[in-house]
Parts: sequence; structure tokens; C-alpha cells
Amino acid sequence: MTTQTTTAETPSTPTAAQTSLIGLPAPLGRALATAGGALTIISTFLAWTWTAAFPGDLTVYGYPGGLQVLVLIGGALTTLFGLASYGIKGLSLLTPGSADSAVKTAALGTFATAWYTVIAISTDLGGVVNLEPGGYVVAATTLAALIGALALPFERPQPELADPDDTGWEKFRHQSRQNWNTVKAAFAAKPPAPAAKLPAYAEILVIVAAMALGLTVFTYGIGTEYDQLFIGFLITAGFGFAALAKAGLVARVSAITARHRNSTMAGAFIAAAAFPFTQSDDQYATIGVYILIFATVALGLNIVVGLAGLLDLGYVAFLGVGAYTAALVSGSPSSPLHVQWPFWASALLGAAVAMVFGVLIGAPTLRLRGDYLAIVTLGFGEIFRITVLNMDGTSGPDVTNGSNGISSVPNLNILGFDLGQEHQILGTTVGRFANYFLLMLLITLVVVVVFRRSSDSRIGRAWIAIREDETAALAMGINGFRVKLIAFALGACLAGLAGSVQAHVTYTVTPEQYQFAHVVPPNSAFLLAAVVLGGMGTIAGPLVGAALLYLIPAKLQFLGDYQLFAFGVALVILMRFRPEGLIPNRRRQLEFHEETEAPAVLSKAGA
Amino acid sequence: MTTDTTTKDAAPGATAPGQTVLDARGVTMRFGGLTAVRNVDLTVNSGEIVGLIGPNGAGKTTFFNCLTGLYIPTEGEVRYKGNVLPPKSFKVTAAGIARTFQNIRLFANMTVLENVLVGRHTRTKEGLWSALLRGPGFHRAEKASRERAMELLTFVGLEKKSEHLARNLPYGEQRKLEIARALASEPGLLLLDEPTAGMNPQETRATEELVFAIRDMGIAVLVIEHDMRFIMNLCDRVAVLVQGEKLIEGDSATVQGDERVIAAYLGEPFENAPGDDEVAEVEAAEAHAETTTDAAPGKENDR
Repeated sequence: MTTQTTTAETPSTPTAAQTSLIGLPAPLGRALATAGGALTIISTFLAWTWTAAFPGDLTVYGYPGGLQVLVLIGGALTTLFGLASYGIKGLSLLTPGSADSAVKTAALGTFATAWYTVIAISTDLGGVVNLEPGGYVVAATTLAALIGALALPFERPQPELADPDDTGWEKFRHQSRQNWNTVKAAFAAKPPAPAAKLPAYAEILVIVAAMALGLTVFTYGIGTEYDQLFIGFLITAGFGFAALAKAGLVARVSAITARHRNSTMAGAFIAAAAFPFTQSDDQYATIGVYILIFATVALGLNIVVGLAGLLDLGYVAFLGVGAYTAALVSGSPSSPLHVQWPFWASALLGAAVAMVFGVLIGAPTLRLRGDYLAIVTLGFGEIFRITVLNMDGTSGPDVTNGSNGISSVPNLNILGFDLGQEHQILGTTVGRFANYFLLMLLITLVVVVVFRRSSDSRIGRAWIAIREDETAALAMGINGFRVKLIAFALGACLAGLAGSVQAHVTYTVTPEQYQFAHVVPPNSAFLLAAVVLGGMGTIAGPLVGAALLYLIPAKLQFLGDYQLFAFGVALVILMRFRPEGLIPNRRRQLEFHEETEAPAVLSKAGA
Repeated sequence: MTTDTTTKDAAPGATAPGQTVLDARGVTMRFGGLTAVRNVDLTVNSGEIVGLIGPNGAGKTTFFNCLTGLYIPTEGEVRYKGNVLPPKSFKVTAAGIARTFQNIRLFANMTVLENVLVGRHTRTKEGLWSALLRGPGFHRAEKASRERAMELLTFVGLEKKSEHLARNLPYGEQRKLEIARALASEPGLLLLDEPTAGMNPQETRATEELVFAIRDMGIAVLVIEHDMRFIMNLCDRVAVLVQGEKLIEGDSATVQGDERVIAAYLGEPFENAPGDDEVAEVEAAEAHAETTTDAAPGKENDR
């Protein structure tokens, strides 16, 4: 590119100069980015390839399909942010943060999605000849938009001087660190100024809109029918979210949701409950209910790991205890107990038995700290699985039917509502998995409420104190063992509750569902990963983490045997660049909290 | 709750002046073959500030840990208001002895207010069920706790920073917060382990005022410190611990004048003991040495 010429022209102003990555004049870059975005929108209405062999049918003029829709959304975002960066009155509301960074991110995302599509078409169909003119056009327009966006100015960080004694390798490292800092600065956005308070109804409307957007994105993601579309979806969603964050919209919305926590929670659950009604058949409700089970258990684990700081590597055993307990009293023909309890009773029993196991396992192990606790819980998790495997009537008492598990768990029937049947609700057919999805959503709601209420209370503060510094917490009068045992038992109880529903959803309860590591979540390793990936100590974190961890392996079938490998690499990268998780805890944000309003001093001090 | 009314002049854990609050008798602490503390007696009466000094490694912090239940003394017993201390540190705190740590141990990722609220743990009862059901009692107790915590923060002068993370506070304020957190457990006896370590003279002065104010609330204070001026200004009585044994106990003048104390700090005199002017000379040299080391504080951290 032309970088060399400009840096040669302006070498004298290295300190916090407004420079750009590409040496185009900023007004031209801005125009190019905005126009490129607009042209990208138009290009998605062209045909990109001649044959319908590439999934999604990109051959039609005037009707974008599949990946074209994603590129269209990206182009629209780029255009919007581009126009907003001109300071147009109504649109500048969209970018309380940095419009330029938002344009850059959006343009980069659009470019990535479009070029991914073009490359996928060429490789899948064998050569670039398979591209129609539209394909070339979209490649060109997104590239133009990206170049234009990169020409937008940013504050170049002051270069650190290199040590002249450095070896070549150290110089190289220094240089690459420098370049990386520059790139980071190019995309950096300043946090938006605090917004003026909107009237309450408007804020609630914003929440509703955000929830609707979230539901739409999630429904789209879950409904992607082929690998390419899902990858495109991940790229667009990831960059789109980043662009919204750069624009400051995410911060605005989260400030509003923080003010209306109850409305937000209600909104989120209404949005989630609306999900089965957007589906025409049960295909994706299945994924939905499995995600919910996984997410609920992950949220329960977040009490143990995220709040109390107890690294539990055998947590899935409590899900198993709940599932086995519910299956045993479900009236299944392979259960030795020939009783059929109503759901409320079996759910309570599942939770209670899991809690008893939690106390039994916790009482001896919670005297350990840190790594030792992790190892012992890992051991207990495996002990559960092997014990269940052996209680088959030959190696041990005949309780669990060994490796065959307890099969044919009958469907639930709650107050005459048979969850195994299809029902017509509000004109939509709600199938078996959709029924269970709604039931599971109630359980999730219970767990969310338990998490929220317990974390914001005396006991929750004691958990966090124990996590922060156990010795100091003891010196503050906290009975560490007791408080940790409560966390452990509560976590076990919630997992058992989820397990009692899981037994009915999966029909069969077998020991290998409850391993430490397995390709299909939930298992202890994936549960922990969901908590860490999403963000420890938050409610939304494990829910988002679990959804991603379930969806990505389920959708990217072509990874095959490399699934776990790819997952490991992704986790390492995430921990390197965002150790606090996707949705960081409020505490971590408070780190940068400068201005606090003076508290209402209630009375004079006692001195 | 009655917190609002009682805290105006006296802390709830306070006792009438003159009463024995802490009574340690023959406390001995052995780690294997090493006797860190040997047969130490110490009493603290209410309304009193007692200092505990001694050279490094004299066993001061070990003795402290015996008083707070972190260690169980090998021999001897510690009584708080007539009752033998329970062997668990959280029970000791519940009984009414609160402490701070030599190296600050705040809950770094909690806010200032939350840190103090954790200190309220022993004085509140709301368990898990109460937190989950959120009855009126829960809200009342939570509100009372917050009010009390804010009072304590105002008392130490941190009320404007209640929403900051504890780790973002400057060093001196972290010390103050630790004291506020300890006070939140409504102690009858406060143990301060080197409260002015690393402070500048102004901050030390402010801490002195703070300790006096705490004493005036009716809370007995036992303080370990190396800053002699601070100790001598502050304490009604000073006990000197040398090599695990109590050398002497008395008011600051007695302790300052005692030759054994000087010997313990500066070393034994030679066969023919040096005269007063030699001692003065040594002290001057010592003071000089201190100022020079102060002048180059980066020395230790140099790599």
C-alpha cells in the first residue's frame, strides 16, 4: 500500500498524532467506507455464483439468501456507522462511543464474511470461475470499504524505544509488539459518556428491543442449516457485536439493563420462552432444550466456582444423581422401584438426593484448598460414574442397570398436560422438545433467581470473601467450612434439579452421560469451560458460554475428531486475550470506575 | 436493630473501663523443636491501648495468632472477658476479638463497602433461606448492615469511596479500610498488627488519631508496632517481647528507660559498659544509618 509515503512525509510528529493505518486522506477514507458499505448492500442483491450447488442458493438476482443476508447486515452496519461518523444528527445517537472504530470493526467483519463466502464458493465448487459478477463485486466493495475504514484516523501510540543492545530476535519481538499495539490502538474505542436518563418506558423499550435482537440472532444461529452459513454467522455476529461495543451501544444498553434488572430478567425469559413459537418443527427445540440443561447446570456450577471459588471438576456427577433419582421413581420398566411419582415430587427428590450427596462429598473434601480440592472432586466424579456402572446386579446391587442405564423413562405429565404430545398453543404447534424447553426454562429461572439472590446477600459476600482470601475471611468471623459446604450443597441441589428434567428429556439415563470429559456437553470439563468462557461470577456468562459451547460442536460437524482439539485451541486463545471471559463480572469493570457519586451519609460517625 | 443508637458513643462490644478484656496466661507456642513464644502473660483492660514491641523475629505475630485462634497455644490459655478462647479463628472473632494483618489482607476484588459488610458477618444472622426468600426481615437486616458499614466508613474517612474496589485504594486507605472492616465485627478488643508499616509521618499521625478514637469508643486495643514514637505516644502500657519471652511490661517511660530493652534492640554492652555519651553516639549513628537507608529505599528492590 501507500503507507511508506505518508510515514516519510510526517515523521516529525510521532507523539499521539492522528494517523491512520493506510495513507489515504481521512475524508476520502470515510467516504470510501460509507460508499463501500452501501455498495456492499447492493451487491448482495446480485448473483454470486451460477449454480445452486453451493448451499443457500446465491444465484438469484434481487433476493439475497444465506450468506448474502449476513453480508447485507454487515454492509448495513458499516454504512450506518459510516454515516453516523459524519455526525449526522439522528444517526450520531447510534455511536456514543467511537464511530470510527465501529466503522473499522464493521467493515472488517463484512470483509471477512464476504471474502469467506467467495473463497468458500471457489474452493467448494473448484475455482474462481464459479463466481458470477456479483461475487467479484462484493469482494471489491467490501475490500474498498475496509481500505476506506482503515484510512480513518486514530491516535497512534507513542513508540517505545528499542534497546540498541537487543539481539535480532528481541528486535523482531519489539517490532511486532509495536505493530500489535498500533493495530490495537487503531481499533480502540473510548467508553461512551454516561447517557442522560431516558424515561422509564423508553428504557424498557430499549431492553425489549435488545432482547428481541438477541432472540433473533440466537434463533438464526440455531437454525443455520449448513456449516458455511454457521461460520459466516459466527464471523458476522462476532464482529457485529464488537462493532456495537466499539460504538458504545453495548455499554449504553448494559447501563440501562443494570438499572432495570427485574425488567431485563423478565424480558430475557419472555424472549427465551418465545423461542419455541418461532420454530415450525421440533428440530431446533431439541438443541434449545439441551442448551438450556447445559446452561442451567453451568450456572449452578458458577455458584461453586465463580462465587465461592471452589474448583469442582466432578460437578456433572450431581446432574447424574438428580437424573438417576428421577429416573428411578419415574415408573420406567427398567427401574427396580416400580413407582411413578409426579414431577414435582421427583424433582424435589432429585434435588434433595443430589444435595445430600453434595454434603457427603463436600464434608470431607472441602477441608482441602485449591488444586487438592480439584483433584479430589475429579475423583469423586469418576467414583460416581463407576459406582453407577457397577450397580447392575452382578458386580453390585441391582439398582441402576449398569451400562444399559435406566431406559424408557416415560414422558412427564404435569396437571394433565402431557409433555410428550404435541400441543396447539396460540396457533403454533409445540412439540415434545418444545414442551420440555419451556419446562426447563422454568428450572433455569429458578436457578437464576437463586443465583442472583444468594450472591447479593450475606452468604454471597461470605463466598466471595472466601474466594478472595480465606484466612482473612476466617478472621472476619466467617465459618469457612460451613459457608463452603452451603455453596457446594446448593450447587449440587440445583444440578440435581436440572438432572430430574434431563432424565425425561433424554428418555435414557446411562453412566457415560456423566463423564469428566466427553465430546457431548454437559460433562464436567465442558461445564467448567462454559463458566470460564462466559465469565465467572455472572449470570449471563455461563448461559452464553454454554450456548456457544453446545452450538459450535453441534453445528461444525466437519471438525469431526478434531472437535476437542479445536475447542482447546479456542479456549487457550480466549484465555490469552480475554481472561475475564466473554461477559466480565461487574467487579472487573469497577476496576476502572473513577467517578462515584457521594453516598448518602446516614448518620454521624461514632467517634 | 439497635446499632444506630448505641454506636453514637460506644461500640456495641465495648465494656466498662477497667475491666479485664484479654487475659493471656503462660502462652507458649512451639513449632516442632522451635519455641516461638514462651510463657507469655499479658492482660489488656478495657479502655486501654497496649503496645507489643520487640525486635524482628521476637514472636509478636505468633503471639497475635495465638490470640486470634489462628494458632492454638501449645501451653497456657487465653481468656477473653473471662472465657477461654475457642480454637477457631472465626469463633474468636464472633467472641469479640477482631484483627488486622501485617501485610494487608483485604478482599481485593470487592468494593470498599462490601469489605466492611463482610466484617458484619458475625453480627448478622441471615442465612441462605432468608437470602432466597427475601422476607421483610432480610431487607431490614441488610439495610441496617449497610447503614452501620457506612457509619464505619465515615468514621475512618472512606465514605466517598464506598463503591471503589478495595485494591484500587492507595496504601494508607487500605490500612484504614482494614481497620473499618475489623470494627464492623463489633469487637471488644482490636488487635492491630503494624498498622503504620509503610506510612509517612502524616499518615502515621492520622492513624494515631484513629486509634485514640477507637479507644474512646470503648474498644481495647492491642497494637504491634516498630515505630517507637507511635507506640510511645499511643500506648498506656507497653510489653516487650524478646526471643519469645516477655522482657518487661510497663508504661512507656519505664520501657524506654530499661537497659534490657535497649540491649535487646541495640545489642549487649561490652565488658566495660560504655558511658552515656557512647550510647548517645551509637544512637546517633543508628539514626544516621536509618536516614541513609531511607534515602535509598529502592535498594532492596533493585535487581
